Amino acid sequence: MSVTTHDHAHDAHDGGYGSFAQRWLFSTNHKDIGTLYLIFAVIAGIVGGILSLIMRAQLMRPGSHIVVDGQHWNTIVTAHGLIMIFFTVMPALIGGFGNWFIPLMIGAPDMAFPRLNNISFWLLVPAFALIMTGLLLNESGSGWTLYPPLSNATYEPGPGMDFTLFALHLAGVSSLLGAMNFITTIFNMRAPGMTLHKMPLFIWAMLVTAFLLLLSLPVLAGAITMLICDRNFGTAFFDPAAGGDPVLFQHLFWFFGHPEVYIMILPGFGIISHVISTFSRKPVFGYLGMAYAMVAIGVVGFVVWAHHMYVSGISVDTRAYFMTATMVIAVPTGIKIFSWIATMWGGSIELKTPMLWAVGFIFLFTVGGVTGVVLANASVDQVLHNTYYVVAHFHYVLSLGAVFSIFAGWYYWIGKMSGRQYPEFWGKLHFWTTFIGVNLTFFPMHFLGAAGMPRRYPDYPAAFAGWNYVSSVGAFVGGASVVIFLIGAYKTFTSTVAVADNYWGEGATTLEWTVSSPPPHHTFEELPVIV
Amino acid sequence: MHALRRSAAVLASLALAAPAWADAPVLRVPHPWQTGFQLPGSPVAEKLQALNSYVSVIIVVITAFVAGLLGWVLYRYSAKRNPTPSTISHNSTLEAAWTAIPVLILVGIFVPSLRLVYYEDRTHDADMTLKVTGHQWYWEYTYPDAGGAHFDSYMVADEDLKPGQLRKLAVDNQVVLPAGKNIRILTTSADVIHSFFVPSLGVQRYAIPGQTIETWVRINQPGDYYGECNQICGMNHSSMPISVHALSPADFKTWLDQLKAKNSSASLDRKPILALATEH
Repeated sequence: MSVTTHDHAHDAHDGGYGSFAQRWLFSTNHKDIGTLYLIFAVIAGIVGGILSLIMRAQLMRPGSHIVVDGQHWNTIVTAHGLIMIFFTVMPALIGGFGNWFIPLMIGAPDMAFPRLNNISFWLLVPAFALIMTGLLLNESGSGWTLYPPLSNATYEPGPGMDFTLFALHLAGVSSLLGAMNFITTIFNMRAPGMTLHKMPLFIWAMLVTAFLLLLSLPVLAGAITMLICDRNFGTAFFDPAAGGDPVLFQHLFWFFGHPEVYIMILPGFGIISHVISTFSRKPVFGYLGMAYAMVAIGVVGFVVWAHHMYVSGISVDTRAYFMTATMVIAVPTGIKIFSWIATMWGGSIELKTPMLWAVGFIFLFTVGGVTGVVLANASVDQVLHNTYYVVAHFHYVLSLGAVFSIFAGWYYWIGKMSGRQYPEFWGKLHFWTTFIGVNLTFFPMHFLGAAGMPRRYPDYPAAFAGWNYVSSVGAFVGGASVVIFLIGAYKTFTSTVAVADNYWGEGATTLEWTVSSPPPHHTFEELPVIV
Repeated sequence: MHALRRSAAVLASLALAAPAWADAPVLRVPHPWQTGFQLPGSPVAEKLQALNSYVSVIIVVITAFVAGLLGWVLYRYSAKRNPTPSTISHNSTLEAAWTAIPVLILVGIFVPSLRLVYYEDRTHDADMTLKVTGHQWYWEYTYPDAGGAHFDSYMVADEDLKPGQLRKLAVDNQVVLPAGKNIRILTTSADVIHSFFVPSLGVQRYAIPGQTIETWVRINQPGDYYGECNQICGMNHSSMPISVHALSPADFKTWLDQLKAKNSSASLDRKPILALATEH
């Protein structure tokens, strides 16, 4: 893509950055809001990570020796899941990188609705507070899937459950507003000459993600509204004793919940494409196939939800259908994996830190993807459903997939965002400790699941002790890697060496590399023209 | 292990009386450092494990292929070995191939899997029915063919474990079933959702209040088979294991007659809610 731009290090000439409160609390600037989202995601990620370390410490050996109370255990399980999904991965990928780089990559001065953008972020803060309240009140022990009757007023009577549900409402509205903003921005504010088929793949990824959010979140909102009414206002949508149906909730939840997993991974796909292309010094292989593979994943992702419900009593024909549809997803996913490798093929590859994370992503996402093919089989899932095999699978695609893409993006763009480069040694050390830690944590879970260990157990038979011990050791290595990440981040921000506009060189071709590092407060006041 | 061996010996002598089973009664539990499934104890478990082995070979080959390609491109196309990158970014044949070949592989998995889904669904000529009701936090087993005789099955608390009983798996009253018979299993719940899960028998269905879900099992051999509640159901979710005791049909009939007699005279001992619930 060749670009002509007249925009270089404009000073902010409309009053500058303003006071601290003006800049950070009332912010309408996409870069500042993106920064807020990233800071928020790091904090929430550490909280969610501490919860996982508590769980792994307990599961290191049999006997409920740390979290003695099963209810307390269940609230930790719930909070870990919700925090990692709604307050870590989504804010980092969508709110953080999305806000920062959608306008920069399409050559727009800002998002279409800057004030809406501010509300999107600030709704997350009370939502997170409510989730934490549910955890601290010890009243949200339903698992992140919130299945009634366990989540209804009979079995979870305290307000902590209502807080948790309302937190999802707030986080949902936050994401919905963000999604509308992204769609409007991408459709209307691309630089002259940037047709849809010239958009960077990260923008394609964010566009598909935004549509998934727009279409799935209202269904979650409906389901939890019905649940809140069941809990507080005497309705019985999900209460079989009064004509309701607990399985209805499962359908509604997973109609949201399955697209949600693609919401978490698609932005990562976008980031990985750019990183691979940059460090191979080659354009992305099969650009159109890559873009439409994401569209296909988004579309098919909406019609596979009941593979989470193979043992919920859905009819055999329904199981057969959902199995078929689910397996179809493997095809566009395969296209992406092979296209990334083909991008590297013939390239001139530099294994800098972002590239390490991207290559790690491709491998680990493949591992998580192929176990997904196993689980898609309703026949085999009959003994794997809800076991640690499933825990292993979704952590490979999310904790190893999505999180690896977040770190790839972090190291790829941190110089652009902060104007300071990360230290290569600490970045690589962070990668290798994480890689070893997470594989040690999650790979043995396949074995535990096949042997029949159910998920969400605070205690287990002695036969499961060996692999659980290994898994816990891995989790502590992973915990140490977070400390290394923070050291690297500290060294980045305290570095005094400034970086160039395009510090990756000729491989980095998108528009964000045409502005200074960090970019001025306002970019593209004169629109770049794509030829 | 002594008690298990002893009961195994008793069962073995019973098995001699019923020559249909040449093998000694089996014990199906998870083992330390196990990396695969428990040994299958039913036709469904055998078939799904066979399918899993087949699919596992495919996915290991695919993963190795991807890892190999990644390793090769990192080696061959490193900036040192290949300072000038190519500019090729399209190859229609290649793109068609990596779309079509996965489709073929998936069809190869899909066809046997689909047949198995229908095989697993239900039995059309059930010899008997077992009704399983999930409770917080125990299982209730009902035998509709025996006048609705029923009993509850609680986990044996740590302090009550006898030598040889497995912690978190042993129960006070095992559910007793005949080997070699087609058993219709109906699951439901009295409170929240539970999941009736016996991995070695290839059985799993949610127990959902207000609904009755059907599945089936035919247990190959007399013996003991263990499972656990597999859907989060409250604070003692990990404390309601499932233990199936399979007998020869003749022994099962004897046992069932005793249960009927016992059930008509007095209901079986009902323990108070698990001691664990109040212990902290």
